Amino acid sequence: MTKKDKTVQRKKRGIFLRLSRYVLEGWALFVPAVILTLLSNQLSLMGPRFSGAAIDAIGLERGVDFYTVSLNVGIMIFCYVVSAALSYALAMIMIRLSQSIIYKMRKQVFEKLNTLPVGYFDTHATGDIISHLSYDIDTINSTLSHDLIQVMTSAYTVIGSLVFMWQISKPMILIFALTVPASILFTRYRSKKVRPLFRARSKKYGELNGYAEEMLSGSRSIAAYGRQEVISERFNKHNKEAMDAFYKAEYNAAMLFPTINFINNISLTLVAVFGGILYMYSQSGAVLVGSAFFITLGGVAQFVQYSRKFAGPINEFSNILHEFQSAFSAAERVFRILDEEPEPEDSPEAISLESVEGNVEFDDVTFGYVPEKTILKNVFVTARKGQTIAIVGPTGAGKTTIINLIMRFYDVNSGEIRMDGIPVKDIKRADLRRAYTMVLQDTWLFYGTIYDNIVYGKENATPEEVYEAAKAAKIHSYIESLPDGYNTLLSDDGVNISKGQKQLITIARAFLSDAPMLILDEATSNVDSRTEIQIQDAMTELMKNRTCFVIAHRLSTIQNADTILVIKDGAIIEQGNHEQLLRAGGFYSSLYNSQFS
Amino acid sequence: MKWIFSYLKPLKVRMAIGLSIKILGTVAELLIPFVLSHILENVIVTQDVGKIIFFGVIMAVCALVAGLGNIIANRMAARVTMIFSSAMRRDLFSKTLMLSARDTDRFTIPSLEARITSDTYNVQNFVGMIQRMGVRAPILLLGGIAITLLMDSALSLVMIATLPLIFIVVYSISRLGVPLYTKVQKSVDGMVRVVREDAQGIRVIKALSKNEYENRRYDTVNRALCKQETKAGTIMGIVNPVMTMLMNLGIAAVVAVSAFLVSKGQSSPATVIAFMQYFTLISMAMMSLSRMFVMFTKCAASAGRISEVMYAESELRLEEDDGKGDPSVHISFEDVSFSYFGKKPNADRVSVSLKKGQRLGIIGATGSGKSTLVKLLLRFYDLDSGCIRINGRDIRSYTKDELTSMFGVALQNDFLYADTIAENIRFGRDISDEDMIRAAKIAQAHDFISAMPDGYSHILSAKGTNLSGGQRQRVLIARAIAARPDILILDDSSSALDYKTDSALRRALAEELGDSTVITVAQRVSSVKSCDLILVIDEGRIIGRGSHEELLRDCAEYREISESQMGGAFLD
Repeated sequence: MTKKDKTVQRKKRGIFLRLSRYVLEGWALFVPAVILTLLSNQLSLMGPRFSGAAIDAIGLERGVDFYTVSLNVGIMIFCYVVSAALSYALAMIMIRLSQSIIYKMRKQVFEKLNTLPVGYFDTHATGDIISHLSYDIDTINSTLSHDLIQVMTSAYTVIGSLVFMWQISKPMILIFALTVPASILFTRYRSKKVRPLFRARSKKYGELNGYAEEMLSGSRSIAAYGRQEVISERFNKHNKEAMDAFYKAEYNAAMLFPTINFINNISLTLVAVFGGILYMYSQSGAVLVGSAFFITLGGVAQFVQYSRKFAGPINEFSNILHEFQSAFSAAERVFRILDEEPEPEDSPEAISLESVEGNVEFDDVTFGYVPEKTILKNVFVTARKGQTIAIVGPTGAGKTTIINLIMRFYDVNSGEIRMDGIPVKDIKRADLRRAYTMVLQDTWLFYGTIYDNIVYGKENATPEEVYEAAKAAKIHSYIESLPDGYNTLLSDDGVNISKGQKQLITIARAFLSDAPMLILDEATSNVDSRTEIQIQDAMTELMKNRTCFVIAHRLSTIQNADTILVIKDGAIIEQGNHEQLLRAGGFYSSLYNSQFS
Repeated sequence: MKWIFSYLKPLKVRMAIGLSIKILGTVAELLIPFVLSHILENVIVTQDVGKIIFFGVIMAVCALVAGLGNIIANRMAARVTMIFSSAMRRDLFSKTLMLSARDTDRFTIPSLEARITSDTYNVQNFVGMIQRMGVRAPILLLGGIAITLLMDSALSLVMIATLPLIFIVVYSISRLGVPLYTKVQKSVDGMVRVVREDAQGIRVIKALSKNEYENRRYDTVNRALCKQETKAGTIMGIVNPVMTMLMNLGIAAVVAVSAFLVSKGQSSPATVIAFMQYFTLISMAMMSLSRMFVMFTKCAASAGRISEVMYAESELRLEEDDGKGDPSVHISFEDVSFSYFGKKPNADRVSVSLKKGQRLGIIGATGSGKSTLVKLLLRFYDLDSGCIRINGRDIRSYTKDELTSMFGVALQNDFLYADTIAENIRFGRDISDEDMIRAAKIAQAHDFISAMPDGYSHILSAKGTNLSGGQRQRVLIARAIAARPDILILDDSSSALDYKTDSALRRALAEELGDSTVITVAQRVSSVKSCDLILVIDEGRIIGRGSHEELLRDCAEYREISESQMGGAFLD
């Protein structure tokens, strides 16, 4: 076995162990489920015994014994009713067990997602992420709820039958010494082969979901350009790939059950033939009574009965094995998210910020999203409490990157960023981020009422505060004009609200926050300029006493900044206030003067 | 549910062959116990080794036929399932893209997404399973009943009497089950929505440290989903125990009745014993049927949701043109009114007409209804009253293709996707390299694209997040002009451009696309001031129209907007 095989082996066992841990954690439901399964199996096995007794009472030489018949029929009815009740109770327990497990899984995955670095979401398709939480966990669920207990409880049938068969005829057991290992080897060989196929199937399905999600998000533009057919073609390519992966997995898995069943049937045949021959020799006296080879006709019949019982669960297992396979690869994908490297934990010594002054320093900061490409080189910046820092420069120069670093969405490659003199890497992330409030160009609102979306910035705000914030952002009267006012539901891609209005709502959200620092990244790019002027006073109020980082293209905002950083090609090429930079006659002044030309 | 059959119809030959092979295999498998009991009862006593081996070989052959038959049939079934579900998913997806804007709003994107993924999967599962498991059980059931009828029709009728009861139970539970599973799928929609929102808003969430809040928000939908599933499971869980119980009570009744029959000499205990054997087979078949039935219910719920989309009255209907238009006018709005929700008008008696090559600017406050006019021109929505014409023809008389091929559009919330920049500009259209580069040059995008190490083959991330806002807008504008459209619509699509770039863009547009009619929606006066005609919109109404100079003179609102922008935008 190569090293790689070993890791695969370990991983596989790991997945099984991790899955069983979920089941065992639900022991309070799991244990009763096992007991109920055994009980109801037992009862349904007892049914035939009473029916046997009843039939015996019918077939008496002296006529039908109606009393015994009705007694046994009564017991039968009792058994069946109780057994039905038990199996319903079992179904109820099972559904609760499996629901509690997948509830926990979904919860863990989602909560894990929230701890992952922002970069994860930049590099993984949203639809694929959704696929983990829907398709993959659903697949695990259907296996858990239907098959797991069944397999576990059938183990006792297998062992029990084996014991009985041993007692009846030891030589005939040898048949199974041949066919059982054959079954096991074949199963192992096949499942090793189909495993990557099932893995590919889950992966392709995720990709398909990813593509569907991405394109649905752009359905408006696709309609505007009449590109539905082309996009459908491309979707279909993903669709074909996913279905091919499905087919390949199914095609190869389709061998398993019939083959195992075949092996079982062959062993049954062997039992019948050898049993018959042994019986013949026993009859003819070639085999002596007491010898291990001696067998009666009844013995042969019984042996056949038990070997069928013995084969049943094995058959059953191979039948659902392929469901186990898909559940395994789904679980593998789920666990991969759970094992994803989260944003590094705050170190135990991480400092919690009690009150923030708002002094930010960049000390020789160098950074790139990928090692090969440096975005910022040796940047030095100092922002004092209450100052406004404007960041200007051509697109793609790294303006938003500075914001990403201040908020610690990414960590610097070298150098240090300090907040109130403390290196940001030593500060608890949540505290650091709470010190900021931000309004971004890409507004983000969630499905919920307008009120909920505004209050998002400060959960314990009073309604009055919310209204005040909305008024300051000049969106209050619009909201009031809506039939449902603040309770208007904002649906995704909703037609009821323009992009500018969305931006005003996020500005209102920022107004609510009492964070000491503010980040404005093209905060008013979609707001018309009249409204912008109307909210200008409020914006000034918002910026007062706060350290502000502003990315904007409107001159008025930039002109009044305490420090203007001109970024070009990853370096700060000019730094100073408006007058200083004009006097310097560099890049800034040429940009400034270009508007008059 | 019926639509499923129309998808299976072209596969019927394949399915019939698969089914026959499956039946052959199943019959061979059912023969094995018969041969076995024949050996035990009749052959062994003859003490003839040759005979024993002969029947053993028959058994082995049966086993082989059963094994091979099942393998082949299952593979064919997988193939049918593959063909079926790729066709279903393909059609559902393209239909989803064809939905009218109103329908898309009504279904919501997360729900459409869940239908394409989760619901199609449920249906696919069922179609696959029914082919694999749907043969054995009916054979056992019908065969078992037939044999028992032959053996003893009176006893058999006692057992058959339980069937209507079982049917009633199954029927009434399915009536309950379908709406329950529909609710489950609806909860899936809710879950998809939250995850989607979170993936999109992760920066804001982290910035505001709202992890806990989001976890709670997710917990609500997670719980709701579990609750619905538990509820559905609680109802559907009744099927199996009740089915089994009724069958078993049938057995008890058979035993009781047989006691009378035997005592009257109308039956024998041996018959009763044989009868019981078949009964076990029949009840096993019932159990497997009940499992299929649960999956059927789930499938029916999902199939219902899929057909809602598939058969939505999506296409905006093609209407006859009234011939009253003037073909020399390129675009005309005639007394156009429209409202999204039928309450407040979002476009209110708007009239305007444009000659070919004219430039129209639309300006107005946030939420005044500027973009609505564009959406109406593109026929995303149909008007409440009035008429929009292009070349004198009512836009409702153009086919979708005719209509969209006239336009180049850069919309407000436009979208870029994970592919090369070239592909994002081409957007699946047949556009030559020269045209693409020409468009990028006009859109002022060529320089920054060429500056990238891999130029036009640079791969964008989903939604173009690896470009800045200004870069994204320029790529989108390049897309809009790449096909040299008759009508170019720029809906607030240069808001992130600096003045210099913006004016260079305007100049290039004027020089290169002189024949195109251009409609610019903007907040900046500078973006529209060179237009031949400017409309000032407020609450869906035109409150000012004319050239820049005229409006400065006559329209107070326009003057106010213009003054507010003195000093204007500065840098990209």
